[in-house]
Amino acid sequence: MGVAAQDRLAEVVESCRDLVEDMTFPSVRRWQQEHPGGQVLGHFQVYFPEEIAHAAGMLPVKIMGAGGRIEAKQADSHIGSFVCSICRTSLELGLSGRAGFLGGFYTPPICDVARNLAGIWGRNFPDQTARILYLPQNANSRHAVTYLREEYARLARDVERMTGRAMTETDLRRSIAVYNENRRLLRDLYRLKRETPWLLPTTEAYVLAAAGSLMPREEHNRLLADVLELIPARSGRKQDRVRVVFEGGFCEQPPLDMLQLIEEACYVVDDDLLIGLRWIIEDVPDSGDALFDLAQSYLDRSSYTCIQHDERKPKEAMLLRRFEESGAEAVILAAAKMCEPGMDEQVAYQRVLDERRIPYLLLEFEEKMTGFERMRMEVETFVESILFD
Amino acid sequence: MSVKQATPLSPRDEILGRGRREGNRLFKEWYAALHTAAETGEHTAYVFVMGSAAEILKAFDFHLSFPEINALQTAVRKVSLEYLNRAEDYGYSTDVCAYVKADVGMHLDERRHPNGRLPRPSLVVATNMCNTYVKWVEIWERLYGCPVFVLDLPGQRGIGWSSQPGDEGFEADRRYVQGQLEELIELCETVTGRPFQVDRLRESMANVNRTAADWSAVLRLNQNVPAPFNAMGDGLTYMGMLSAYRGTETGARYMADLREEMEHRVAVGLGTLPEERFRLHAVGTACYSNFRRFLELFADWGAVFVNSEYLAYAGGGLDRGIQFDLERPLESLAEQLLLTGQRSMSNMFFSQDQLADTVRDWKADGIVYHAVKSCRTVSTGMADSREYLIRQRGVPALFLESDMVDPRLFSEAQFKNRIDAFFEALGARKLAAARGVAR
Repeated sequence: MGVAAQDRLAEVVESCRDLVEDMTFPSVRRWQQEHPGGQVLGHFQVYFPEEIAHAAGMLPVKIMGAGGRIEAKQADSHIGSFVCSICRTSLELGLSGRAGFLGGFYTPPICDVARNLAGIWGRNFPDQTARILYLPQNANSRHAVTYLREEYARLARDVERMTGRAMTETDLRRSIAVYNENRRLLRDLYRLKRETPWLLPTTEAYVLAAAGSLMPREEHNRLLADVLELIPARSGRKQDRVRVVFEGGFCEQPPLDMLQLIEEACYVVDDDLLIGLRWIIEDVPDSGDALFDLAQSYLDRSSYTCIQHDERKPKEAMLLRRFEESGAEAVILAAAKMCEPGMDEQVAYQRVLDERRIPYLLLEFEEKMTGFERMRMEVETFVESILFD
Repeated sequence: MSVKQATPLSPRDEILGRGRREGNRLFKEWYAALHTAAETGEHTAYVFVMGSAAEILKAFDFHLSFPEINALQTAVRKVSLEYLNRAEDYGYSTDVCAYVKADVGMHLDERRHPNGRLPRPSLVVATNMCNTYVKWVEIWERLYGCPVFVLDLPGQRGIGWSSQPGDEGFEADRRYVQGQLEELIELCETVTGRPFQVDRLRESMANVNRTAADWSAVLRLNQNVPAPFNAMGDGLTYMGMLSAYRGTETGARYMADLREEMEHRVAVGLGTLPEERFRLHAVGTACYSNFRRFLELFADWGAVFVNSEYLAYAGGGLDRGIQFDLERPLESLAEQLLLTGQRSMSNMFFSQDQLADTVRDWKADGIVYHAVKSCRTVSTGMADSREYLIRQRGVPALFLESDMVDPRLFSEAQFKNRIDAFFEALGARKLAAARGVAR
């Protein structure tokens, strides 16, 4: 790869990293300047059907905490001590005015902290539409898809009310096409990471993917298409590192420094980081009813996480599939501190990996953690135990 | 606040304490039946206090085992730590819900519980009213390979959002719930090998109608001064009966008797303390690991809990009564489960205005929030709700943190300091208010 191309790739990655780490949300503010009167819809982790907000001309933005980049000065007095950090810093973004651009805030029922966040948000920001989007929790009911289609219709009415703009089937179809393209590009990004991890470190893949949650998807598509051409031309060489799957990043995000230290010793060949962006694993089809297609895709063409019970996707079996399909040698089982579903699932995953004699490392993290020496030692010891086994 | 003088005891005073005595007796019977089921292999459904679907399960003669009640009983009997340690040794974090861990500890000990042996589950039903329920049932699914049914009850979407039968949105939700109930019935038929009998369902629904009407009346009787029962004391026994005997003739009769007892207590002006100085509304679960001491710290100040949000949601949402329409049983069941489910969840996520109304209607002097580490469902929004009520509605409120069943998280000294300070301020406030009136 030529120097100019290398520089361009490095520049794009750096700009994505800056964007993800900048809690003043420059891309959102720029969008607002370019779209006077444009509305921004915030949504909490994990999955949100952004196509519906996009079709109404809104900018959907993922609210995913703030890591250690801000201090939860005000939020601490609103939330108990036993609550995860992502909830706390997400609220701080609102209370401190950093996310003052939001016209609405939606949380899915991924856990009870997330559902409570809708109430807390509503009490503190009465001018915003704060809602729980009740994604179906009985994924195996024959009636779930019809119900979800109705729930999406309700969301569509909400965003139409917020924007004062009616959306048509054509608008929705156009947005679905944009997002289908985005998901295809993300799948390509992950394919590269899986097949040639020495060309695409996880921290880079992560910031490239995460940036999409903060900018219009059309812009993100262009960005991804550009880097996907540049990455294979890189001149990196395969090194003797352990191929691992990282599991436990579906909601609260591990600090970049933590991912960095893992990949100093490992190739992270697959993961569930920001899985909501990649929740739908195939193109959303076109049956003539876009809301139905989105609902069906959520249920039937989707990945897995510990916050969804679906008999068709037993989680241990899904983890093993991820492990096998990525050609991994080991698993890093992480859980965010105070995350009930994550911590519960860790136990089940641990047992199946024990049964299969698959090496794994348990890690507990918090988005705001800063000291990594102990974790570094744990990872290094883990890797050495595999390499020299 | 004027305190009614107790009138002399009457010949009917033998009914005093009946609710507690009968409740304790029936609980023993209930655990004995579970113990027998464990021996005989009779069908048992594991269900939760919020959204048990007892109406349908009783129509198939399932025994009901409530993991939350089983877990809290380990704390009441002061052995919860043994179970918690076992689950933590198995791999569960100290930050995981202690109800879950107490239950896991028991299952790892072959379901030996202080109240008897518990049966294996033939079927598990969880609602989404607490998300941890869904994680919890997956543990049994793995341990026993039993069928799991998640009954999804979509709740209130946000503050100021309302939904009533007949609304387009409500009907969409109701159809979803009704469809799921039909699927649950199919599953019950498969598990038991017995056909569904709609008249059995009507029977259990009729019993719930009676129970709910009386329970709602019992709660309202606590609007009297003095309150005839402590909502966080004996109230919890009454609440347990709502779950354990929901849909049964025994449960309905018990609640009718309880109502009679409470009406009598009100008639003779009998409260729970020699002098009822403070009336409180509780938000949050009980502190079962230090149950008696928790109540004493308040009783020492002459304070009684006249109501509790806990009784509303953990009592299966029957606090405002239910009237099932037996002419259209499944549709009505879906409608009422949805309405009570929505209200119960709103009690946790969007409760601020309702809390202020309860304080007014039950003549409470303030609110006590008891946040528990184990239950982020009920506890996450408490600090914010408290701040809102103090700021927007002028309601005095105390915030305490501990746990339901993990004794390691209860600090008596910290509790006492906070409680004492709260009552000193509350006393001064009442005095100032009284002086204001006198002027």
